[in-house]
Amino acid sequence: MSSRNSLAAAHLGVGIAAFGLASAMGLIQALSLADIQFPQRSESLYYMSLTAHGVLMALVFTTFFIMGFGYALAQVTLGRVTGRRTAWFAFWLGLVGTALAAQTILRGQSTVLYTFYPPLMAHPLFYIGATLLVVASWIWGGVMIASYRSWRRENPAVPVPLPIHGMLATIIIWYLATTGLAAEVVGMLIPWSLKLVPTVDPLLARTYFWWFGHPLVYFWLLPAYVIWYTLLPRAAGGKLFSDPLARMVFILFVLLSTPVGFHHQFADPGISASWKLAHTVTTYAILYPSFVTAFTVIASLEVAGRLKGAKGLFNWIARLPWGDPFFAACALAMLAFTVGGFGGAINAAYAMNTMVHNTAWIQGHFHVTLGTTVTLTFMGVTYWLLPRVMGRELKFSALARLQPYLWFLGVAIFSASYHIAGLRGLPRRVYSAALSGEYGAEWHGLTRVAAVGAVVMFLSALSFLIVVIATWLAGRRTDTASFEFAVPLRPVTTLGVWDRFGVWTVVAVLLVAAAYAYPVLNLISHPRFGSKGFQPF
Amino acid sequence: MNVELYERVWMWAASLLIAAFLGTILAMTAFHAITPPSHFETVDPSNLAANPEFGSPGVRPGPDGGVVVTVVAEMFDFSPNPIEVPAGRPVTFRLTSADVIHGFEVVGTNANAMAIPGYVSQFTVTFPNSGEYLIACNEYCGLLHHNMVAKLIVKKEAR
Repeated sequence: MSSRNSLAAAHLGVGIAAFGLASAMGLIQALSLADIQFPQRSESLYYMSLTAHGVLMALVFTTFFIMGFGYALAQVTLGRVTGRRTAWFAFWLGLVGTALAAQTILRGQSTVLYTFYPPLMAHPLFYIGATLLVVASWIWGGVMIASYRSWRRENPAVPVPLPIHGMLATIIIWYLATTGLAAEVVGMLIPWSLKLVPTVDPLLARTYFWWFGHPLVYFWLLPAYVIWYTLLPRAAGGKLFSDPLARMVFILFVLLSTPVGFHHQFADPGISASWKLAHTVTTYAILYPSFVTAFTVIASLEVAGRLKGAKGLFNWIARLPWGDPFFAACALAMLAFTVGGFGGAINAAYAMNTMVHNTAWIQGHFHVTLGTTVTLTFMGVTYWLLPRVMGRELKFSALARLQPYLWFLGVAIFSASYHIAGLRGLPRRVYSAALSGEYGAEWHGLTRVAAVGAVVMFLSALSFLIVVIATWLAGRRTDTASFEFAVPLRPVTTLGVWDRFGVWTVVAVLLVAAAYAYPVLNLISHPRFGSKGFQPF
Repeated sequence: MNVELYERVWMWAASLLIAAFLGTILAMTAFHAITPPSHFETVDPSNLAANPEFGSPGVRPGPDGGVVVTVVAEMFDFSPNPIEVPAGRPVTFRLTSADVIHGFEVVGTNANAMAIPGYVSQFTVTFPNSGEYLIACNEYCGLLHHNMVAKLIVKKEAR
């Protein structure tokens, strides 16, 4: 591994380690929920592992992986990472923050789940550690932007390489999103957990949380889109169908990802129906860039099949490299997203949402979206990155080829079961499907099936970890693998409207202000009662 | 921007589909007044016992010929329990929490709302079918969250 890439490798390594630990936690949960006995099964283990799984998957794995992927892209497309020392400082800051928060979770002092809704009160270090991780990611964003600006000074007239365009969009979304999180955690929860203020308003905290919580989804998803647009067509042997539409998609996400949070609060009091409706409209609007992505990416793959000689309407699909773990992982991830995307459209319609709100349907939903669309793409790109970043050939390549299919099979069983169980009313996040001991005839069998799916997913995760660790430590050295990006069918050489990040960022900030200013002001101007903290764990 | 014909068609089709989704929701809102619960009322969670209404949760006659059910969610119980309501009449739930956030889900119906301390959630449902329903807390509220259940009895009225 050249030292240029050690920064990326360190971040990817921490992300993947978090994923491994969180996978084991996931297995514990699925077995417990299905009432399958195992040693040490207990309520406290279940809810602790639920917290650890959520925090490690949603915040630690994703954030570190995306930071590492961003550095790798900046190094190869811009030829630089400007501010390496700062970047290493951020790495250690994020790692220390993660360790501080994680140890309070594993000791059972912060069993508040990854949503940490007050007045459930975690250990102060849980909030402080999470804040350090977010500050680290802010510094990462600064380093990425500095690298871009340094490149821009030398290349004033050409569009930024598409992978960096997508990562800049990701970073802007992240800054918009984490503003809400900072308001909640720094402004409310840290002083409250340190007993500096006696009470907090749980509804205001929830509102800030979901200001952050939905764009968080796009923070995960956009790097996957970068992979699908810029790496996948090349790996499949094709070309990118449309470069400007990809840029349009990234900008639309910058505009629309944040002013949507109330679709997570349909069942909350204190927010008017018309504001919930307004966020519903933006939520549906955000389906649009994903529809465009579906066309562009699949058309790019069709180009690949046809370049390999396919003639008929559909036989280009058979010509795609299904035996390449990177390609297979991404293609299966996209297939999952067609289900997950329409599931999301159902959740966003509040009349249907009331049937599925906080039921097992929701965990079924986000395991096809975050848990497969994003995670499987990240696992696939890990196979692609290891030879390029670490300079090592994949070990156990047969296991790597099998792994994405195993994951897809597992999640299909797992998520289908929970979707159906949720429709039948199984509440989410319960230790036992029998609830207080006598319920659950409608869903008990389904939770058993879901547990089988979880075992398959865990075996797939284990296969992934075996391949990564073996390759990292003992893969044969190679220097032939190079970063190659998909070439557009019609390359763009001049700056266009979708390259104007400054203007679009201003519009995005205005949209966030329009979506939240009035409801938040209305809430805080009303006389309210705060809540003291509770630790029922 | 140069966009292929097929992609152009797809983009218009996607726009139409999204418009159809949104149009359905807007039409239901406009013509059937289907809206999510959005009541805004505050209550002191630290002293619910002294509150004239939430101090004695229960079922009372409502102004619309139905009933009003005042419910307090508290680790790890709902009160009153069981809740008895008439079939085929509007049932207005008024719900709050005495401690952390809880969920109130009448399994198999579309009664599903959050109980947030300091706030009153209010929503009206009509249960057409008599029978016994499970009420489950669907928001994590502590180590015995899964134990937090109650019973709703919907009774056909004697005529």
